[in-house]
Amino acid sequence: MSSFSDDLDQFRSEVAAFIAEKCPQKLKDMPSDQRTICWGGKRFTFSCDEQRIWMENAASVGLTAPRWPVEYGGAGLSRAQEKIFREEMAKTKAPSPLESFGLWMLGPALLAFGTHEQKLKYLPDITNGRIRWCQGYSEPGAGSDLASVQTRAEDKGDHWVVNGSKIWTSYADKADWIFALIRTDKDAPKHKGISFMLIDMETQGVSTKPIKLISGASPFCETFFDDVVVPKVDEEGNSRIVGELNRGWDVAKHLLTHEREMIGGGGSGAAGGILGGRSLGAFIDTLDEHIMDDPVIRAQTMELEIDTLAMGMTMERYKDMAKQGGVGHASAMLKYSGTELNKRRYEILMSITGSEGVEWAGEHGTLAPEWLRTKANSIEGGTSEVMLDILSKRVLELPSS
Amino acid sequence: MVASLVPTEDEVMLRDAARGFLQETSPVTAFRANRDAGRTYDPGLWKEMAQMGWTGVLLPEGAGGSDMGHRAAGILSEEMGEVLAASPFISTAVMAATALKGAANDRLAGIAAGDAIYALAVDEGPKHAPLRTDLRAEKAGNAFKLSGRKVFVADGGAATRVLVLARTGGTAGEAEGLTLFDIDADRAGLTRTAKRTVDERDHAQLDFDNVDATGDDVVGEVDGGMAAIATALNAGQAALSAELLGLSAGAFGMTTGYLKERKQFGRTIGSFQALQHRAAHLFAEIEITASAIANAGRVMDEDPEASDIAVSIAKARATQTAKLAVSEGVQMHGGIGMTDEFDMGFFMKRARVGAEWLGDYGYHAARVAAARGF
Repeated sequence: MSSFSDDLDQFRSEVAAFIAEKCPQKLKDMPSDQRTICWGGKRFTFSCDEQRIWMENAASVGLTAPRWPVEYGGAGLSRAQEKIFREEMAKTKAPSPLESFGLWMLGPALLAFGTHEQKLKYLPDITNGRIRWCQGYSEPGAGSDLASVQTRAEDKGDHWVVNGSKIWTSYADKADWIFALIRTDKDAPKHKGISFMLIDMETQGVSTKPIKLISGASPFCETFFDDVVVPKVDEEGNSRIVGELNRGWDVAKHLLTHEREMIGGGGSGAAGGILGGRSLGAFIDTLDEHIMDDPVIRAQTMELEIDTLAMGMTMERYKDMAKQGGVGHASAMLKYSGTELNKRRYEILMSITGSEGVEWAGEHGTLAPEWLRTKANSIEGGTSEVMLDILSKRVLELPSS
Repeated sequence: MVASLVPTEDEVMLRDAARGFLQETSPVTAFRANRDAGRTYDPGLWKEMAQMGWTGVLLPEGAGGSDMGHRAAGILSEEMGEVLAASPFISTAVMAATALKGAANDRLAGIAAGDAIYALAVDEGPKHAPLRTDLRAEKAGNAFKLSGRKVFVADGGAATRVLVLARTGGTAGEAEGLTLFDIDADRAGLTRTAKRTVDERDHAQLDFDNVDATGDDVVGEVDGGMAAIATALNAGQAALSAELLGLSAGAFGMTTGYLKERKQFGRTIGSFQALQHRAAHLFAEIEITASAIANAGRVMDEDPEASDIAVSIAKARATQTAKLAVSEGVQMHGGIGMTDEFDMGFFMKRARVGAEWLGDYGYHAARVAAARGF
């Protein structure tokens, strides 16, 4: 049973009171450039005691995973309730209590494809922040063509032996466990020989190496599997594979839509970064007073603002539509448009900050690294070109020949 | 936070009914027939719209209206846009109905019945700029004499009544000193000159030579003209944005249809990735603009006093999206897209006129920027 009322007005009061009482004021008052994400995990160091307290308080009533069923550690909220929760958080500037690939990716995969026992085993440790997961998908030879993954598992009876490598695994060097696309049948057609496997990062033979980007340090890593032993079934009798053996591609496809929506969310400019939640106008107020005299800069900035606001409306509309029955492949549109918009936003931010913007650590702090980092937005989570392919073939149903 | 942009069941039904009616009685062939006959619109269609409650979409039931609101008006306008259905809907059912909100029911009844056709006479130069009004309303006792010229008056030819923005004080460029008058279109001294525009719709130049007006003809207050007309202009911009969205969808539908049929080089041209990607990009742009149109309708219904930014985002986006849709529409059809026999040219021509009417991209971008602090 949910801890909260079904009546929306009542719910709003309850959740506002919860946030007021259980989220320490220090976190709400913290300036955006000092805020760090609470990722959880066995080796996580909280930025302050208050960060841990808020995470634990939120987790105790399932608010780290608002939409998940209560029995698995969530709060069992409806979409309407979740919207209200986010609004009340935003009003007080309360930070998100927990973020993780477990919440965003593995959880939804388990909820859709896992057994009840797998959900009971893995989901509460995600919602209470005890276990931190990373995602093992791409490989050096399998980027856009993800289904061509070669990291393979040899069947040794009661266990697998995994060999290969993954790339672009975010925070692999900090994670406790990894969910990975592993080839479990090398003779089957490409898409039909992949399994969605859960591997303990502390297992002998797993190692990571961080990847530096043009923007500087990054959470991305290469992850290597050298004769890694993965039991087929754990001590409680749960499979280490989510969904069916060799049907991991179905799980991956389900998650890819999800991932696209999240990455596309950057398009509405709501994320932190240099703007730190400020409007573009508020940021411009802090700059040299003559910047907006340039007609080209002025025009580009106006166009950006219009498109940003319209994109935000579109994200909300699509989320509402998803609740009512899904938008499926059209989520590729959100990812495509949102990421291209974000790149455009940062080009304009660089332009309006002029020579100050190109300093690594000047007046505008992390602007230059953020600008460089956005160039990956249209590549990660499916390139813009792949998104356009999906829209063409699956939404517009344009022919292949 | 506005109500969800996802349509309600009533809105879905309204759209389906509108679509069905327009495909039956006024598909694009009807526009072509009007054009070829030298008509700017079909009065029979207008009467049918009145019977269906469309002319009274914003009017209270006491005045014979259906009181469905601005989002509903936007849905109707969007469906009309998709088939290029010409009518005085935006001038009359949307803008005049909004400007005259609060007027006596018998005054509004003419609009609901489809008998009264209104035109708004606002602009005096090539770009939309209500404050640059210079047309004089000289005080003559308790009455006024209007002299000056208004241009690009949509529905000015068919209009039975004109809402004209005039200067009772102040100078061109100022918001102070403007007054809105509601006068019959046949009043002595008012000359209407039809102007043929590329979209074949009703546009006129109105010349006022000492046209008499009384205090009863004033809408709102003397010197309160901007207050009287501002929400009406916003309502018109929201509805026009919806029309342009529908126009974009119509052009896009024709284009994807063609991509799926036309064969060259031994394959269907829709299989060429370059065209696929451009079509997919256009789809994305239309979806984003659709959100802005839905939002504008909702804001007009929920908080019209604060609708400037919502409406301007919609008009700016709709102008830009329609331009892309019709440009790609002609280009992707190749040679036939350029023929008069083919309909795409009509979409392109209406998109260009719609781009200018009630404020172009730059006009609305400036309003958004002002509202957002830069």
